[in-house]
Amino acid sequence: METITTSSTSVTKDTPLMTPEKPNEVVENKVIDRDHRGQTVGDVTVENPRMTARNVNVWYGDKHAIQNVNLDIANNEVAALIGPSGCGKTTFLRCLNRMNDTIDGCLVEGEIALDGKNIYDKDVDVVPLRARVGIVFQKPNPFPKSIYENVAYGPRIHGLARNKTDLDEIVHSSLKRSGLFDEVKDRLDQPGTGLSGGQQQRLCIARAIAVSPEVILMDEPCSALDPIATATIEELIDELRKKYSIVIVTHSMQQAARVSQRTAYFHLGDLIEVGPTSEIFTNPKHKLTEEYITGRFG
Amino acid sequence: MSISVLLITLAILTIASYSFGRKRSLSLATVTEKKKSSLHSLPGYYGTLTALWCAIPALLILSLWLVLETSIITHIVSEDLPAEVQNLPESERNLVINRLHNELAGQTFGEPDPILKPAIDHYKRLQQISNMALTVVILAISILGGLYAWSRVSPNLRARNHVEIVLKFLLISSSTIAILTTIGIVLSVLFEAVRFFQTVPLTEFLFGTKWSPQTAIRADQVGSSSAFGAVPLFTGTLLISFIAMLIAVPIGLMSAIYLSEYASRKFRSVVKPMLEVLAGVPTVVYGFFAALTVAPFIRDSGGLIGLSVSSESALAAGLVMGIMIIPFISSLSDDVINAVPQSMRDGSYGLGATHSETVKRVILRAALPGIVGGILLAVSRAIGETMIVVMAAGLAANLTANPLDSVTTVTVQIVTLLVGDQEFDSAKTLAAFALGLMLFVVTLSLNVIALHIVRKYREQYE
Repeated sequence: METITTSSTSVTKDTPLMTPEKPNEVVENKVIDRDHRGQTVGDVTVENPRMTARNVNVWYGDKHAIQNVNLDIANNEVAALIGPSGCGKTTFLRCLNRMNDTIDGCLVEGEIALDGKNIYDKDVDVVPLRARVGIVFQKPNPFPKSIYENVAYGPRIHGLARNKTDLDEIVHSSLKRSGLFDEVKDRLDQPGTGLSGGQQQRLCIARAIAVSPEVILMDEPCSALDPIATATIEELIDELRKKYSIVIVTHSMQQAARVSQRTAYFHLGDLIEVGPTSEIFTNPKHKLTEEYITGRFG
Repeated sequence: MSISVLLITLAILTIASYSFGRKRSLSLATVTEKKKSSLHSLPGYYGTLTALWCAIPALLILSLWLVLETSIITHIVSEDLPAEVQNLPESERNLVINRLHNELAGQTFGEPDPILKPAIDHYKRLQQISNMALTVVILAISILGGLYAWSRVSPNLRARNHVEIVLKFLLISSSTIAILTTIGIVLSVLFEAVRFFQTVPLTEFLFGTKWSPQTAIRADQVGSSSAFGAVPLFTGTLLISFIAMLIAVPIGLMSAIYLSEYASRKFRSVVKPMLEVLAGVPTVVYGFFAALTVAPFIRDSGGLIGLSVSSESALAAGLVMGIMIIPFISSLSDDVINAVPQSMRDGSYGLGATHSETVKRVILRAALPGIVGGILLAVSRAIGETMIVVMAAGLAANLTANPLDSVTTVTVQIVTLLVGDQEFDSAKTLAAFALGLMLFVVTLSLNVIALHIVRKYREQYE
């Protein structure tokens, strides 16, 4: 293990750098400035952040999946994580509500704070955390229950509704906000698995917002959907931004450009560049970002 | 030539014809410029086809011959038995022929009956001729079949398609054997049961509450009141099965949940095989355990708190049967729980559900049809289980719901009715077939329901 001491940015100074030798060889021919690991181009911080990630390192067994990532998530903003496959964007997303806890052999280091409180502290319970930071997965995964029960699941386990009327209200408003209510209002007792792919994904979004989260994480929410369903979900994301912070992982750069305000580019476990979406796509500062966006690899 | 030598010769011929067929196809093939052979199929298919032609007709004739040989020769021999034997009634003539067969098999002592002497000689002569003819015919058919196929081999012969058809018929006949056997079993039970219902009305059997199958041989015999009400047997069976399921379902299900959801991989890899060892214990050993350990223990501990417990209580048999069924339920449920996609768990955890909430509300819910199917299969096993109840449950046909009493089950009664010397035309013996038929109907319908549920579940995720 080679330890690099030349790192000079303030965020990496106080942690030992665990850098495997491999990336230098692999990307050498593509990279000009790869000596300074964990050095992200652009401003990773925002004013008044909802979540802050500092020096996040993730290992799956021996594999160092993410290295020294620093990133803030702002209020009422859609942040897009882009990058080639296997670059660690989904891993980073899953760190934000500790979904990686369910994976054997996964080790997370560093600090991720929600409203100033480190969610990896020992006294933090993941149950309320995941209610505050909801997640929508790549493949729609409705439970084998009715549409109503799918949405009511979260409020039930968190005791958010005092009676049936309350619960009805939560379910209906969540379905309305996810834009699904008009399509399913007559068949709330039908199984959720019987809906179309796009409807299932909106059901999963309704399920996530039914527990009134503060942040919604979306892991390629449209990759299993057709263009029309994708457009509906993108409109929905724009609508949800008014109330929630949203982090979205996407493989589609057009989608990132359409829905997000800030974009972060990951490459082989490093966060290369962060900036306002318009700037990243029109005027990328890092050579790797430029190459990815212009379609030279990825 | 004896049958085994004949079979070995046939095998050698088959192997030889494979290689001849293959070689011929290769020698006939012309290779075009594109390096593509002109053969329709791969050379191996031509070889297989030749081998099949060599083996299958010969084997069919051979089996037919062996089936018919004895009866045909016996028929010919019985024609030339002395007239006094010919004129005997049918059943006595059969006795003579039986004696003839016994003589031939060397199962008698002393000198053979002089009347039978010519018949025996004739029989032996015919058998020798038949044996020789068989050898010649089989080898001829085999060689001719192989030659025929060999001569037909040409680049245009669609050998692969022919071989596929033969394979298909082989598979069809294998599955038909299982089905035909089932039908045969059902019919044999059904006919005997019908004979039983000719003496005892169906309504008495189904709704009668007294079971006492001793039939009087003489009118003045003591305890000869025969009664064939099967209700006590079925309640006994249900009582014991119910106790067994009461033990097996919660323990089996919970151990399956622990093993598939909570246990570490290492623990699981050790414990799961150990649990399955339980399934490998012969039921007769469970029977000892129930009769010699559990039943006295229950009786004694019941006595301590002032309960009168029969020494052959339904509780003891049910408990042990439940333990026997645990691995059945746990292993089936474990498979079903593992088949629930990981995305379901992620979805639930992502909403902030705890481990147990996820298991309770999502995983069990998703796995429920499979688990129910597994439980129904286990119930039909419990109902049909024989050895444990024969050893641990009593013979008294009490109509009771008290698990501390002695009860008897359908299977126990079938065993006791058929064990020992019995006449096969008394209602007592035939009752066993009626009971077997009932049992068969019950377990068959349970299995059908269970398989239906399991299949429905599979459609959901695949």
